[in-house]
Amino acid sequence: MILDSQEPTGPIETRWERHRQSIRVVNPANKRKYTVIVVGTGLAGASASATFAQLGYNVKAFSFHDSPRRAHSIAAQGGINAAKNYQNDGDSVWRLFYDTVKGGDYRARESNVYRLAQVSVDIIDQCVAQGVPFAREYGGYLANRSFGGALVSRTFYARGQTGQQLLLGAYQALSEQIGKGKVTMYSRREMLDVALIDGHAKGIIVRNLLTGAIERYAADAVVLATGGYGNVFYLSTNAKASNVTATYRAYRRGAGFANPCFTQIHPTCIPVKGDYQSKLTLMSESLRNDGRVWVPKNKDETRDPSSIPEADRDYYLERIYPTFGNLVPRDVASRAAKKMCDAGFGVGSSGYGVYLDFKDAINRLGEKNIADKYGNLFEMYERITGDSPYKKPMMIYPASHYTMGGLWVDYNLMTTIPGLFAIGEANFSDHGANRLGASALMQGLADGYFVIPYTIGHYLASQTGGFSDTSHASFGDTEADVKAKIEKMLSINGKRTATSFHREVGKIIWDKCGMARDKAGLEEALGRIPAIREEFWSNLCVPGTGSSLNQELERAGRVSDFIDFSEMMVRDALTRDESCGAHFREEHQTPDGEARRDDENYSHGAVWEFTGDGNAPKRNIEPLKFEYVPLTQRSYA
Amino acid sequence: MKVEMRVWRQDGPDAQGKFESYPVEVVEAMSFLEALDVINEQLVEQGQEPIVFEHDCREGICGSCGAMVNGRAHGPGDRSTLCQVHMRQFKDGDVIYVEPWRAGAFPVLKDLMVDRSSFDRIIQAGGYISVRTGSAPDGNAIPIGKAVSDEAMSAAECIGCGACVAACPNASASLFTSAKISHLSLLPQGDPERSRVLEMVKVMDDEGFGSCTNHGECSSVCPKGIDLRYIGRMNRELLRQLVHPSKGQLA
Repeated sequence: MILDSQEPTGPIETRWERHRQSIRVVNPANKRKYTVIVVGTGLAGASASATFAQLGYNVKAFSFHDSPRRAHSIAAQGGINAAKNYQNDGDSVWRLFYDTVKGGDYRARESNVYRLAQVSVDIIDQCVAQGVPFAREYGGYLANRSFGGALVSRTFYARGQTGQQLLLGAYQALSEQIGKGKVTMYSRREMLDVALIDGHAKGIIVRNLLTGAIERYAADAVVLATGGYGNVFYLSTNAKASNVTATYRAYRRGAGFANPCFTQIHPTCIPVKGDYQSKLTLMSESLRNDGRVWVPKNKDETRDPSSIPEADRDYYLERIYPTFGNLVPRDVASRAAKKMCDAGFGVGSSGYGVYLDFKDAINRLGEKNIADKYGNLFEMYERITGDSPYKKPMMIYPASHYTMGGLWVDYNLMTTIPGLFAIGEANFSDHGANRLGASALMQGLADGYFVIPYTIGHYLASQTGGFSDTSHASFGDTEADVKAKIEKMLSINGKRTATSFHREVGKIIWDKCGMARDKAGLEEALGRIPAIREEFWSNLCVPGTGSSLNQELERAGRVSDFIDFSEMMVRDALTRDESCGAHFREEHQTPDGEARRDDENYSHGAVWEFTGDGNAPKRNIEPLKFEYVPLTQRSYA
Repeated sequence: MKVEMRVWRQDGPDAQGKFESYPVEVVEAMSFLEALDVINEQLVEQGQEPIVFEHDCREGICGSCGAMVNGRAHGPGDRSTLCQVHMRQFKDGDVIYVEPWRAGAFPVLKDLMVDRSSFDRIIQAGGYISVRTGSAPDGNAIPIGKAVSDEAMSAAECIGCGACVAACPNASASLFTSAKISHLSLLPQGDPERSRVLEMVKVMDDEGFGSCTNHGECSSVCPKGIDLRYIGRMNRELLRQLVHPSKGQLA
């Protein structure tokens, strides 16, 4: 596998500009000869589809939802970063770049991150022009808040529904193009494979979820904007349908999958209640701006939290990290909570929870002010737990939330398969080993609005355009593979549901490859996954047929890919014999319990290559160079 | 505790549907959809087809879920989607009727799943601001008063679930459509295209949604509390455009 990052050299400030000068461009009159398939219509996919169409390309957009507006981007609460420096607090493109590289614990490509910081300012402008109702100050100008891991206030937000408003902005831009006929929207279609012709991605195979029909679509290039794989843990804050199938099946066709073990555990989620639990709910980490995290000093504490005096509380984040306090990055906050709970200081029925307390903020700013900022989050919390955060501290615990790993892409966002691109959470490019708060929305929209619309032209200009031959043998072979897999799942007639397998594998991954990992645990997980796979393929039960709407069949297909994928994820965690960012190997920590990197041996992206069923995948590496941000031990103390 | 769910089962758009009874053991902290999950797991284990229902985020923002529960859209919660309803809102022995949204413009696809693509077509008719990527001025170039911005945000919170249509005796989509028209027409960026109301209302009518006769059922079941005043605003926008076509700036 050749991993040529295509990144420009020379001064980092002008790399993106110079790159745009040097890549090929499709003549405006010729753009209409090209068709692009975009799979997934969340922030990245919708923004890319709309922008491609504005440029003149023909777009076929696919979503497994009934409408692009359902994509999981919609659930992002807190905000979106941009280096606008509207607060005059010293922010700059450089500082956002620096924070992102450092926050990612030096496992991201500098050129990509710098570009991300550069285009961040354009995203805000674009979204405001679309009518995204960002929060404003009384003077009418845009408001900001600060967010975990940053010392400046650069986060733009729309109440607690920033993701919703940004997605609706992109959805509306996409809808305009659908209405004008430049984008053909294929909803309720699930991509099940990518068709390659002479090694280039030239189409996809999808299942029409309403009719069960297996359909072929051809194009001159394929863009995957299919999100992350956080549901590998079964319980996560991801939406129920979020899955790894599109990217995993692209991997099976030859796309390198980078850093699958880099998964982010979000520190502020509502703790698990019982075995029937279907998902976990996130409480925006913007809450940590005003909330203070604590546990009782006494392990046997039984008092109601509101009546525990200050002297008996341990505000452990403020104690251990006096500079950042409650605003330390997510991985640091998550592990600290785990450590306190493992040591027996946890609260709640399971003992796996910590308090997030707003009493001081309410006293300082008033209840009205707090309600303006977090009203809907408090309401959501009360709805689920029955407790009001105005009166009683919230209880929170970390949960799987975001995945930094994804398909390997070069500077043009192209995977190792020519013509196959990956954008948004589906790729691995910008967050390294840990993503900072309010950076996911930024990256999804950066890729969709401001990066791929330029870089795809470089590839398309090398193609003749107008490819539409779905009768090519490659489509037939790929479709046959897809059909065979579906038939096999339907014919097992076993006893267990797909969900039961998902729970089983998810629990292993959470226990052994979650917030903290070690060699023994990872090896144990690696030993147990094959048995789950074997039972899946001999004892699965999927009622109904393949030729009609069948949600159980959809689930089974996704679970089968999660099982296979989880093995690669564990392998990646095992072979990355260092700690970095969210990947915390117990064997590698500093005396004060921080992740200890091994830059000598692991300053690279690990890119997995499929070598056939039953064979171990091959680990390739893309070495990382740090020319601008000096490698230092990350410290938030 | 034990409840009996009587769930509408319907094979397809043209098939005859009927209620099927599912007694199920639940706990109070379980969400309503988790109770349906329990029933479905049992059905699959018995080799029977599970109840088809839409859901995704399970935190009240994606707008996928929704059903009539004991005759009320999204069930007994206040400003809740169905996924935010918990079994503690019911009691032991309750019989709970679960039906799909009922509206001509939302045909039933299977069981509790309906086709809401008519909402997308209303947005495609004009529920956007035309701005080519890259041509936007600085975000702070146009100050927008906090009150106006907040009002636009309140309208923009709509999640497109369709409960408003299901609750309305006329199956009107006025609340949905007016929320988007209000969001965009309140903002200076949306001003040049205020004639959008003409196209959006036309598509709304063509899709077969009924008219608004001020029952207010829509707003009372809306998970986001979208206010009826937006329907008034839509009607004003419509009148203005009929009298002064495309004169947004003068309004």
